[in-house]
Amino acid sequence: MKKIYSVLGLTGLLSLIICGILSLAQSMVLAFSFSCMTLGVIGYGYELHKHHKNGVYQNKLSSRGFTAWVLGLVLCLFYILLYFYSSHLEPIIRLFDPLSANLSGKPATQWFVYGCLYTFSILVFGVKFLFKYRGNRYQQLRTLSVMFFQFIFAFFLPEIMARLHGDIPYYDFKNIWPLNYYQYDGWRVKQFVSSGGLGIGLLLFSVLSVFIISPILTYKFGKRWYCSWVCGCGALAETAGDTFRHLSDKSVKTWKLERWLIHVVLGFAILMTVAVVYSYLRSDYSKYVIRRQDFLWFILAVNGLLLYYLLKIKKTFLAKDARNGILLFGILLGGFVCYGLIAEPKHLFLLQSETLRKSYSFMIGSMFSGVVGTGFYPIFGSRVWCRFGCPMAAILGLQQKLFSKFKITTNGGQCISCGNCSTYCEMGIDVKSYAQRGENIIRSSCVGCGICSAVCPRGVLKLENDSPSGKLKNPLFMTGNTYSINTDVLNKK
Amino acid sequence: MKKLVIIGNGIAGSTLARWVRKLSEFEIEMISDESPLFYSRTALMYIFMGDVKLQDTYGYPQEFFEKNNIKLINARAEHIDVTQKVIQLKKENTEFETSYDYLVIATGSKPTFYNWPNQNAKGVQGFYHLDDLHTLEENAKNAKNAVLLGGGLIGIELAEMLQRRNINTHFLIREKWYWNGVLPNSDAELLTSYISKECPGLALETNLKKIEVNAQNEVIGVTTDTGQSITCDLVGIATGVSPNIDWLKETPIETDKGVLINPHFETNVKDVFAIGDCAQHKNPPQDRRPIEAVWYTGRIMGETLARNLCVESSVYAPGPWFNSAKFFELEYQTYGLVSSDLMKKENEIHFQCVLDSIHHKWITIALDRENNTFLGINSFGIRLRHEVFEQWLIEKKTTDFIVNNMTKAFFNPEFFKNYSRDIQMAYNRYKDEKNI
Repeated sequence: MKKIYSVLGLTGLLSLIICGILSLAQSMVLAFSFSCMTLGVIGYGYELHKHHKNGVYQNKLSSRGFTAWVLGLVLCLFYILLYFYSSHLEPIIRLFDPLSANLSGKPATQWFVYGCLYTFSILVFGVKFLFKYRGNRYQQLRTLSVMFFQFIFAFFLPEIMARLHGDIPYYDFKNIWPLNYYQYDGWRVKQFVSSGGLGIGLLLFSVLSVFIISPILTYKFGKRWYCSWVCGCGALAETAGDTFRHLSDKSVKTWKLERWLIHVVLGFAILMTVAVVYSYLRSDYSKYVIRRQDFLWFILAVNGLLLYYLLKIKKTFLAKDARNGILLFGILLGGFVCYGLIAEPKHLFLLQSETLRKSYSFMIGSMFSGVVGTGFYPIFGSRVWCRFGCPMAAILGLQQKLFSKFKITTNGGQCISCGNCSTYCEMGIDVKSYAQRGENIIRSSCVGCGICSAVCPRGVLKLENDSPSGKLKNPLFMTGNTYSINTDVLNKK
Repeated sequence: MKKLVIIGNGIAGSTLARWVRKLSEFEIEMISDESPLFYSRTALMYIFMGDVKLQDTYGYPQEFFEKNNIKLINARAEHIDVTQKVIQLKKENTEFETSYDYLVIATGSKPTFYNWPNQNAKGVQGFYHLDDLHTLEENAKNAKNAVLLGGGLIGIELAEMLQRRNINTHFLIREKWYWNGVLPNSDAELLTSYISKECPGLALETNLKKIEVNAQNEVIGVTTDTGQSITCDLVGIATGVSPNIDWLKETPIETDKGVLINPHFETNVKDVFAIGDCAQHKNPPQDRRPIEAVWYTGRIMGETLARNLCVESSVYAPGPWFNSAKFFELEYQTYGLVSSDLMKKENEIHFQCVLDSIHHKWITIALDRENNTFLGINSFGIRLRHEVFEQWLIEKKTTDFIVNNMTKAFFNPEFFKNYSRDIQMAYNRYKDEKNI
């Protein structure tokens, strides 16, 4: 049965490609193709999970076998075509014209096609996921949530808004800076401002999202409110990428790489955005209500406050190398901003802001998040981008580590070190290493997907946001030993 | 500098090594011929089912032992000279030895076979060691039908594993219900009805009589004491485990079923200790068995012996009993003592509350009929908080208190139904019925 469903799904995909190339009848092809793919995925999922089977290491696709490499290659190729050679996709794009016309009244673009396929994947693989975790309400609600946000906020609303307010740029409410690094680009800000009240409202909302809304939500729930309940990248990883979640590397070496890489990307995103905004602001009020100087003072103030908060108040929460990195970046940014205030140079960071913007867009926006992040799902797991590259995840992660109520608690002495939790952690956290010592898990990278808790055979892990106290619980002996109640073990040494 | 040698790198030995390193500067050597690194025995089934890989089940990576200066020796301990304080080791064909100041025996268990005819045939095996996993891979490769024997935790693991590979499984159990030597009959009955759905080949009150073999000494079937003949190409024996101590026979270390120890884990020989499955307590703590072949007790013994060796004289003092298991998809946890019907204490009564019969969720609370003291709880399909129950058991809370405070004790993932009202109402009805 599984084979029949695989063939059905592949037929759908191939028919899309072949009919695109042959420019055959449009809406029929699309309907046929998407029906086949839907049936294929859901049918396969049903056959696979009806007896709660998992067995990821007995399937070539989910254990880096031949089919995994083929899929990875195809995905990478697709992303390269999409980002850099979209003219080759032209015949397929045309198939989507009627759908696009119905939604926004415009012909389809490659981004519309991508949006359709992306949303479609999240929805059908979401159904598969809902079935797989049918006994777990946390997983069910979370998955319905990402399906909803993807379909309504990322796919449907922006298209409808484009129809109603033609001059408002494509805006996905839930896509927050710095994940959408282009949010404060000159042309976008101009369009927002020039389209009146709604546009300005959206722009203000986007700033509030960064500085007010997201920290409050992260304080209350941890970064999961975004990464595994709302975000589109997370949505794809959790649904279509679920088959590959165990492929994330759990070694300490990779953890070290992750800490550096993700924060370097964040630093890059900040510098790039500051440079871009600086480049289109003026030193008088002729164009915008904010002058260059005001903006720079604002950045300087935020920079100073953050440095004080991170290096002074929350000193004990951060490792030495992290503090050094933050200090270095703070000095660099502060230095350039002061230079900007004093000399008013044309280019704030010596380079043209456009050069910075373009290289960020190419290296991070396209290569990292697209080609590597998604193309390599079958090889490196589903959260490569979220773990190593996403600047938004980096910010939320810092908040999670420093002031959130969120933690994963372990249940006394019940851990049997079986390793299911670590294996299925898509973020590469070695959950077991904490659980088998009876420690709570507080890691900035944890997206709170809750799968560790779902796969634990002994009921050891629980995601909680009840209170910030006891976060750094580090017991001596584990619960179940009378001596664990006497905390004098080490003192008597 | 004292030198500690630990024979066996399971949960007991590895826990001991980790804590001795934390608490002392001892030189530490850990010997095992089973696996170069400490792995989780209870996770062998997940390797077979393709859910995890062997290295995922390692408690600590290789670097952990290097960093902490715990020397791992991959060899078999053959003999101990307790007067010279020397252990003879063998790896493949090389023999060598190592000396000790303190020696700890933590060699775990081995499967018990009960001398069935042809029990050494090809295709007949137990399931305990890493080697058994490799053997099972071989045996299961072309197997179509399997017979399992023994209604314990390893038996049910095997049933799940073989069914995952689409092997038709006959699961023979001596008792009337699965695990009713441990669980009260009412729990065993519900559990058995769940298991029979997951494993249709479950056969109760059935014993193995004889294993049938062909000319090549390969298993071809079994005969049961109910007169049934079953064709099969694999026989899994899971009729229990016993301490793995045969190799100590030639030493003066005193043994019975296991290595005999006092509450400080000391054997009759000075500076030789035993912990974990292979140890047999001469004076076990109250309500405890002399031999406890359980993951958690192995760990507690390891922790306590480390304290005993490095901090101050300490005796085995586990807190209230707890355990957990998983039967196919059904999770089980227990805190305190809910006795089986045979072992019931005076005044012990059981309040069973089925919370969701479709999804198999229920609890059973054991209480004292006279003074309402809470004795223990079994929970199926519901996760409960260990710390909370430990504290309640130590404080000897009443059952009324427990039932009214269940919300504090749930450990289910968020958005799961809170069953505390259902439990309270059912408990009040139960009290009315029983006049307590």
